[in-house]
Amino acid sequence: MTLAVFFGCSFIAFGPALGLCLFSVVREPLRVIILVAGKAIEGLVALSEDGCSPISIQQMAYVAGLGFGLMSGAFSMINLLADALGPGTVGIHGDSQLYFLTSAFMTMVMIFLHTFWGILFFHGCETQRWWEMVAVIFTHLIVSGLTFWNPLYLGSLIPSYLLMFATAAWAYVLSGGCTQNLLRSLQGQQSETSPQPGS
Amino acid sequence: MWLGESAALGRVSTICLRISKHSLNIWPHISTVRKALYEKLMMIIFMNSSDSEEEACNERTSLISADSPPAASYQDGLQAPEAAETQTYRKRRTGGSCSPSDADGGNSDSGIPVREIAVDDKEEELTLKYGAKHVIMLFVPVTLCMVVVVATIKSVRFYTEKNGQLIYTPFSEDTPSVGQRLLNSVLNTIIMISVIIVMTVFLVVLYKYRCYKFIHGWLILSSLMLLFLFTYIYLGEVLKTYNVAMDYLTLFFVIWNFGAVGMICIHWKGPLHLQQAYLIMISALMALVFIKYLPEWSAWVILGAISIYDLIAVLCPRGPLRMLVETAQERNEPIFPALIYSSAMVWTVGMAKQDAASRSLTQQTWDSAEDVREIHDNSAYVESEISEARSPAPTHPTTSLLEDLEEEERGVKLGLGDFIFYSVLVGKAAATASGDWNTTLACFVAILIGLCLTLLLLAVFKKALPALPISITFGLVFYFSTDNLVRPFMDTLASHQLYI
Repeated sequence: MTLAVFFGCSFIAFGPALGLCLFSVVREPLRVIILVAGKAIEGLVALSEDGCSPISIQQMAYVAGLGFGLMSGAFSMINLLADALGPGTVGIHGDSQLYFLTSAFMTMVMIFLHTFWGILFFHGCETQRWWEMVAVIFTHLIVSGLTFWNPLYLGSLIPSYLLMFATAAWAYVLSGGCTQNLLRSLQGQQSETSPQPGS
Repeated sequence: MWLGESAALGRVSTICLRISKHSLNIWPHISTVRKALYEKLMMIIFMNSSDSEEEACNERTSLISADSPPAASYQDGLQAPEAAETQTYRKRRTGGSCSPSDADGGNSDSGIPVREIAVDDKEEELTLKYGAKHVIMLFVPVTLCMVVVVATIKSVRFYTEKNGQLIYTPFSEDTPSVGQRLLNSVLNTIIMISVIIVMTVFLVVLYKYRCYKFIHGWLILSSLMLLFLFTYIYLGEVLKTYNVAMDYLTLFFVIWNFGAVGMICIHWKGPLHLQQAYLIMISALMALVFIKYLPEWSAWVILGAISIYDLIAVLCPRGPLRMLVETAQERNEPIFPALIYSSAMVWTVGMAKQDAASRSLTQQTWDSAEDVREIHDNSAYVESEISEARSPAPTHPTTSLLEDLEEEERGVKLGLGDFIFYSVLVGKAAATASGDWNTTLACFVAILIGLCLTLLLLAVFKKALPALPISITFGLVFYFSTDNLVRPFMDTLASHQLYI
């Protein structure tokens, strides 16, 4: 396998997540810490003396979710990427030849899903809506279950992506977004009222 | 000799977070005051003054150092006047409480305890805001060092080949029985730790009796060996791995320049980033030597034992490292730059009293030698940092507000021994784990989490803390659990392309 496969798969899998990281996390040290250390530090961060937390709970949810997603993606993908640099032929024993590519896409969707699940879960905990948390766990189980179809990539990737878009919309709405803002931001205008998710 | 250096490096593994030096000097005086009292006092004293802090308190304002007010003003122009007000108010307080400690280390003024307490409340408030920034300032070099070590281990086979052992670990691990192997590794550890203890005590004794020349000579010889000999070996192995030919003349030129500039940067003056880069390089080189020459089980036992030793040496009242740090504080001297990685520069109060306007905003960041203190325009450093991160903002003559600032070392310091042992752990995980990258990644994240927690504790306790125990414990736990539990599971999942 070639460098092209290596770079291609790593960018497919991690590109969007690292882009999210770069634009929303890296500049704020506190977010980087929460990304790495997750919930372990969030309680202490909230103990700011002057009464206001330097980071809102939604940002914390977003960053924690992103951190979980990146770690899970890294654990799934990194051995594959290392093998992609070495010699070999994909699927020589009759398995699918699209193994690397589909793994990369699956990893990307898992990273996104973890991010949105983080937002949803935190929101559920904050507003005491248990059904949100149950929904998160349930969708996680569904997506993992879908991967049992895996040589049949249509059965696992497409439903996962659909679920991901649904979860994204739900998380967006919960973070205070509305379709107007979305359209405005797509047209390049500033939104006046609610912040975009993850900002 | 070189192990002396490594022992010295290994043993000055303390973190000294000096958010402001005065707080450390006066900390013993108020060590008995409880946190509740801080909060009450803070409420009483600062209720009227901290208006500016109740304004839009987002991350940007919170994480900026409160000691350089123009920096805060870059974030939000509206806050500039109030922030400056608060800053000067705060500075008057801190300036007041600082003068006795700066002058002669003693204070007999009755008004001082209240001001000290008030200042420390403010300091405590700032610590949590400082904390995040400093954590990141250490994440980057630790990550870089580990990346260098892991990259080398994975590509250059020399460092994973067994080519004998150090004399400090004389017992071989090529024994048939497990019990014998374990015994040998424990004995190796005992010998190694004893050598390190002896070296550290020797260093502390020399420092206490002011044998600076001897210490300097020792450090210079050690860093000479690291910068020249070990770099030569490293470069040779890398060239061999990639099959690149280099003639001796070029080699001599490269090594000579690398080593000479390194010596100057580390032991004298140099740009801060270059000095940091050199310190990272020598830590990585030292870690690679340890990875190569320590037998497997001995390495893990040594890592565990060294974190216990670090805990004892830094926290016990008669611990050598604690004595070293305290002596350095008493004498108001920085610990040798060759042993400590510092994320920012030192600047003095004497120079600050001069005409501030004459100090232009320079972007130079010269690091200080041990005996010569120099001015560093810290606000320029913070400015350049911040203006890179955010939109360009107009520059202020910030020097006028720095006049009252006392001697302060901004930034965090981490001993090079910590870098070395973190990298040894991650490098060993990369070299020996059969699960390859998952284990390495897990150990890497574990060490970063440990570092986070340690720095958090540092911000709470405000004194030198051992950096090894938490990180190494997490690292060891994650290594063994990932290698034995997670790896087989992930392998099975990957072979069926299942995702969890």
